[in-house]
Amino acid sequence: MRQLNCKIIENKKVAQRFYKMRIEAPYIARKAQAGQFVEVKCSCGTDPLLRRPLGVHRVLKNEIELLYKAVGRGTELLSKKEKGQALDVIGPLGDGFTLPGPPVSGPMPIILIAGGIGAAPLVALAESLAFSAKRIAYRKKQKTYVLIGAKTKSHILCESEFKKIGCEVKVSTEDGSKGKKCLATELLEDLLNIIRYPLNAAIYACGPVGMLKVVAKIAEWRKLPCQVSLEERMACGVGVCLGCPVKMKGNKYKMVCKDGPVFDAKEIAW
Amino acid sequence: MVTLEVRIGKLRLKNPVMAASGTFGPEYGELVDINKLGAYIAKTITLNERVGNPPPRVVDTPSGMLNAIGLENKGLDDFVKNKLPKLKNIKIPIIASIAGVNAAEFGKLAKVLSRTERIAAIEINLSCPNAPYSPRGRRACPNVQHGKRDFLIAQNESATRQIVEAARKAASLTIIAKLSPNVTDITRIAKAAEEAGADAVSLINTFIGMAVDIETKRPVLGNVTGGLSGPAIKPIALRMVRETYEKVKIPIIGIGGIMDYKDAVEFILCGASAIQVGTANFVNPRASIEIIEGVKKYMAKHKISGIKELTGALRK
Repeated sequence: MRQLNCKIIENKKVAQRFYKMRIEAPYIARKAQAGQFVEVKCSCGTDPLLRRPLGVHRVLKNEIELLYKAVGRGTELLSKKEKGQALDVIGPLGDGFTLPGPPVSGPMPIILIAGGIGAAPLVALAESLAFSAKRIAYRKKQKTYVLIGAKTKSHILCESEFKKIGCEVKVSTEDGSKGKKCLATELLEDLLNIIRYPLNAAIYACGPVGMLKVVAKIAEWRKLPCQVSLEERMACGVGVCLGCPVKMKGNKYKMVCKDGPVFDAKEIAW
Repeated sequence: MVTLEVRIGKLRLKNPVMAASGTFGPEYGELVDINKLGAYIAKTITLNERVGNPPPRVVDTPSGMLNAIGLENKGLDDFVKNKLPKLKNIKIPIIASIAGVNAAEFGKLAKVLSRTERIAAIEINLSCPNAPYSPRGRRACPNVQHGKRDFLIAQNESATRQIVEAARKAASLTIIAKLSPNVTDITRIAKAAEEAGADAVSLINTFIGMAVDIETKRPVLGNVTGGLSGPAIKPIALRMVRETYEKVKIPIIGIGGIMDYKDAVEFILCGASAIQVGTANFVNPRASIEIIEGVKKYMAKHKISGIKELTGALRK
C-alpha cells in the first residue's frame, strides 16, 4: 500500500447518483487485486474528516477506475472534483476475491451477483477471470454469468461492461422496468435450476446486506463456495482502529478493511 | 542546536510526538517509518479478551469523528505472547495502555507489563467512554449507561487515586494517567493522579457524543454513544491542558485534535511537555512525521533550543 497524490483523468456521471472516476495511479494499477479497495480523501479540509473507502472498479494500464454512488457529504464532494485535480489516495487495501480452483470434473459456471453499487468491484473480478481464462487450461471451459439487481432501469450499472468482457448478463429490477421483476437473488435461484453442472458453480456477491444474506443461504443450502464483499463505515482502512467489524460465527469480530472486504460467506454470522 | 528530546518520568523520548493509543500501529509500516516517532502507544489492553461493540463503530462528524470500539482486544496474555514479539522492528519506546474494571485488575496488568522487557512505560486508560468503570467490578463488557452506577474512573477523584495507586504499587515503570474531558474540573482529577504517584498525565481522551440518522430514526453507532475526537475538540483540549498546567507539577502530554505542527506547538505553549497524535493518523498517516519536522523548523525559526523552553511559554 502507498499514499499517493493521483491525477484525476476523468470524473463523470454514469447513472442517477452514480459516478465513475478514472485516476492515474501506476502503483495501484500494478498491485491491485479484484475486490481490493482504496481510501480516498474527499475534502480538502476537515469536513468530512475521514477518508472514504471505494472498491477498485477497473484496473487499466497506469490507471484505475472507481465507481461510486454520491450518498453523503464525502462522495458528493468527490463527484464535484474535476479532471486534472489531484486526489489523495491510499491503496490498494484489504483482501480481494480468490479465484476458484479447478473443478473435480466438467466445466465450471461462475456466477457474479451484483446489487446496486455492488457491481463496481465485480467488474474487476470479471476482468481478472477473463484474463486468467487465457492462461489457465481449466479456466478455458468456465462460463461467467452476471446477475444484476437494481431498483429501476436507470439504476442498472455496468451491464455493457460485463457484456464486453464476455459474461452472460441477466438483469432484474424491482419495478420491472427492465428484465425480470424480482430481486437478484431470485435470478440466482432460477439460474442454478437451469444451468448445466450447477454443482460446480462458484458464487461471488456484492451488494446490500439483505441480498448477501439470501445469497449466502442459497449457497450454503446447495453447498456451493460463495465469497461476499462487504461494506462498513471505516476510519483507518488498514486494521489499526478496529472501527469496521463484521460478526463472524463463534461470536468473534473480523475487520472489513483488513480481513476483508471479501469474506467466505459461510464464516459470517448473518 | 535544536533538540527535540523530552523526559517523561523515567522515559527519555527523542522527540515529543507519540502516536495515541488505538490509532496507529505496524499496519501503517508500509506508509510511515514508525521509528521516527518519540514513542508508540499500543492499543489499550484488558486482563481478559473483550469482543468490542457492535457495528457501526465509527462515524464522521463535522471536523471530527465518533468512535465506539469498546476496547476490543485479545487480553493481556495474547499481548505479551503474540503482539509484542511482532513489534520487534519498533526500536522506539513502546508504551502499553491498560484498562480494567477494578484496582486489582489494573494492579495485575501493571505488574505483568512492568516485567515485560519491551514495555517502556504504562499509560493507564482511566477514561475510555465506551467501557466505563463499574465500582462493583462485575460488568465485563458494559456500555455507557446513564442513570446507572457506571462511570469513567477519570470522572471521580477517589477512583482515580485508587487506580493510580494500585498501578504505582505494582510497577516501577513510568506511569501516565490518561484523563477524560467529560468532567466539571479536570484539574482536580489531574491533581488526584499526581498525588497518587502518576509520573505524568495525558489529556484529553474523547468527549461522549452521539450521531443520529433521521431516516431510520436510530442512533448511527451500534453503541448509541461514542467518543468524539478530531479538530472539533482541540480548543477545549487546549483550555484543559492550560488549566492543568497551572495546577500540577508532573509533565502533561497534550492530546485532542492535533493535525499539524501548529496544533502541536499550541499544546506545548499551553503547557504540554509532549503530545499525542490520534485521529489525524486516519486522515494522513504521515501526520506525526510531518509534525516532528514542523516543530523542529518552528523551533529553529524562533531560536528555541529545547522543548522545555516552549512548554507553558504562553504569554499572558
